[in-house]
Amino acid sequence: MSVDKYERIWMWGAGDLVVMFLAVIGITAVTQAIHPPSHIETINPATIHEHPEFGDPQMRVDPDGRIVVPVTAQMFAFWPNPIEVPVNTPITFRITSADVVHGFQVVGTNANAMAVPGYVSQFTYTFKKTGTYDIACNEYCGLMHHAMVGTVTVTDNAGGQR
Amino acid sequence: MSGQGAVIGGTPQAKLAATHIAVAIAAFGVASCMGVLQGLSIADIDFPMRGESLYYISVTAHGVLMALVFTTFFIMGLGYAITQAQLGRLVGLKTAWLGFWIALVGTVGAAYTILTGQSTVLYTFYPPMQAHPMFYIGATMLVIGSWLWGGVVIASYLSWKRDHPTQPVPMATHGFIATIIVWYLATTGVAMEMLFQLIPWSLGWVETIDPIVARTLFWWFGHPLVYFWLMPAYVLWYTVLPKIAGGRLFSDKLARMVFILFVILSTPVGFHHQLSDPGISANWKFAHTITTFAILFPSFVTAFTVIASLEVAGRLKGAKGLFDWIGTLPWKDPFFLAMALAILSFAFGGFGGAINAAYGMNSMVHNTAWIMGHFHVTLGTTSALTFMGATYWLMPRLLGRQLAMPALARIQPWLWFIGMGIFSTSFHIAGLRGLPRRVYSGALAGEQGGAWESLTQAGAIGGVVLFVSAICFVAVVLGTWLGGKRIEAPAFEFATALEPVTQKGLWDRFGLWTIVAIVLVILAYAYPLITLLMTPRFGSPPFQPF
Repeated sequence: MSVDKYERIWMWGAGDLVVMFLAVIGITAVTQAIHPPSHIETINPATIHEHPEFGDPQMRVDPDGRIVVPVTAQMFAFWPNPIEVPVNTPITFRITSADVVHGFQVVGTNANAMAVPGYVSQFTYTFKKTGTYDIACNEYCGLMHHAMVGTVTVTDNAGGQR
Repeated sequence: MSGQGAVIGGTPQAKLAATHIAVAIAAFGVASCMGVLQGLSIADIDFPMRGESLYYISVTAHGVLMALVFTTFFIMGLGYAITQAQLGRLVGLKTAWLGFWIALVGTVGAAYTILTGQSTVLYTFYPPMQAHPMFYIGATMLVIGSWLWGGVVIASYLSWKRDHPTQPVPMATHGFIATIIVWYLATTGVAMEMLFQLIPWSLGWVETIDPIVARTLFWWFGHPLVYFWLMPAYVLWYTVLPKIAGGRLFSDKLARMVFILFVILSTPVGFHHQLSDPGISANWKFAHTITTFAILFPSFVTAFTVIASLEVAGRLKGAKGLFDWIGTLPWKDPFFLAMALAILSFAFGGFGGAINAAYGMNSMVHNTAWIMGHFHVTLGTTSALTFMGATYWLMPRLLGRQLAMPALARIQPWLWFIGMGIFSTSFHIAGLRGLPRRVYSGALAGEQGGAWESLTQAGAIGGVVLFVSAICFVAVVLGTWLGGKRIEAPAFEFATALEPVTQKGLWDRFGLWTIVAIVLVILAYAYPLITLLMTPRFGSPPFQPF
């Protein structure tokens, strides 16, 4: 039994479309390093409050000049809050949770990663516009989930612009 | 072909199928009430008893009852009806009833702990948020019940095969066997999560749990679950819809290929739900992205075959022009209408799905209201509206009763389609503007809300329209079940193919394809899971912030 001519054309078209989608994703992943946040690092959630980085998380500048913002998500707030960062500068966010799974989403941007207890999420984002952004928790974390909102303030001069 | 055109109304097998459908629709009714409450709440429209606790209970109940209970019971009932109608047998009727009771007792137990506020963990039940142990045990019983269902259908198929050694199995049953294979592959993941992680931890036998391992096992199950909902809908589109429309199945062979492609591809894709998770390497996320896009292909083929089958129906009725065949289709038949609108919705759902899976682009929409908008056009319309239409088709055939209130049954699919159009479009846009999903109040902490306020209100209007449609549906079902005019049960009839497959071919070799599928699941999961398990990790104690 043969496949109808038009259906065969359709199937080739559909197959090509799938290959094209994958090619676009693959090429941008390789050439522009567009990857989802996929950092692999574990941390003990039981002792997080004594942890040097996440116990009292503060923005820092690493020896290599990289600006790092550690964030501890906890029912129902993000620490530190507010987060102040300079504009047009790559900011490396390092995020973990002290209790349940939370989300860390800077509203209006694609800075978006899970905050999972026992793990550290990490990604780098550059804010192109100054202003105040909300950070929404986008994973259900308990009865006040909707009220778990933090703030990022993006300024012209904070943290020493390069 | 044997078994085609069989009358099964009034038999014990019909009773078995109808009882499953009844449980499914009861779950649907409760879940619909929960749905409309959420729609109002997120738009900050006040109503008596509105509160955080009720909201998050209703999210959990709506998700569990719609996504897990309504679908599973409906698909079990439909599978029994189609197997009996096409193969003329159900081997193990007692086992089937045992499965029903295990699933029902489990469901009632889990639902009790949800509605009493002891398991407000949503239908994804991500640890370390911890539910009542009965929630996990009940959900596991639902799965065990469905395993017995799968066993009965497969035993019936093997018995039929012994009697018909050279014949390919009729198309609808072919689709159901493929569905069951997917279901076994899928539920292996969640069964491991339940047995090795959640149940011992919820009973206090172990103190901590690893949330990323749990999420990985959950999404091993969670995405093929989508195909478990979708494949029975495809069975109806391929084999019943053309019959009702007066057409033929355009391509029997490609329909078989499509179901086998789902068997192979539906499980090794779960990381596309975890693109934003830590602990999983980008390479493995990309590998699952490839299989995810590959699975678009069988749906593209389905779009062609199903629509071509309907065009054949129009041509047989004398349509000559490019599009006039569309007008000849039986739009006044509630079954046809529901299915046609469901298929239309799936086109939108497919576009959204390709965006969600797009690796880098996912960050823009991950866990926003966009996702909620997306699965309401896919599960919430493509599958659910198909199942509602199927209920209109099944009831006379199983119960020997004429459909009551046919006018209402003709309006109901339109209401669902329109309500969902408003609801889903609003939340897609709100999600692009950053509204997180699953929030009691769209105003968040009062900080935001301007960018999406009118959208959540539009969403609430859509939700109310959907609720009216749900009431119409339940009214037609109750009216038919309790007071429908008694008639001789019509036969189950399936579309014949333009060129029926008469010889068993490559796409009928379930054993071979199951092995291929298992190998792919192992390739997709063994290495990342073992790497994860060998990393020094720290478990989490339980939390119950509800």
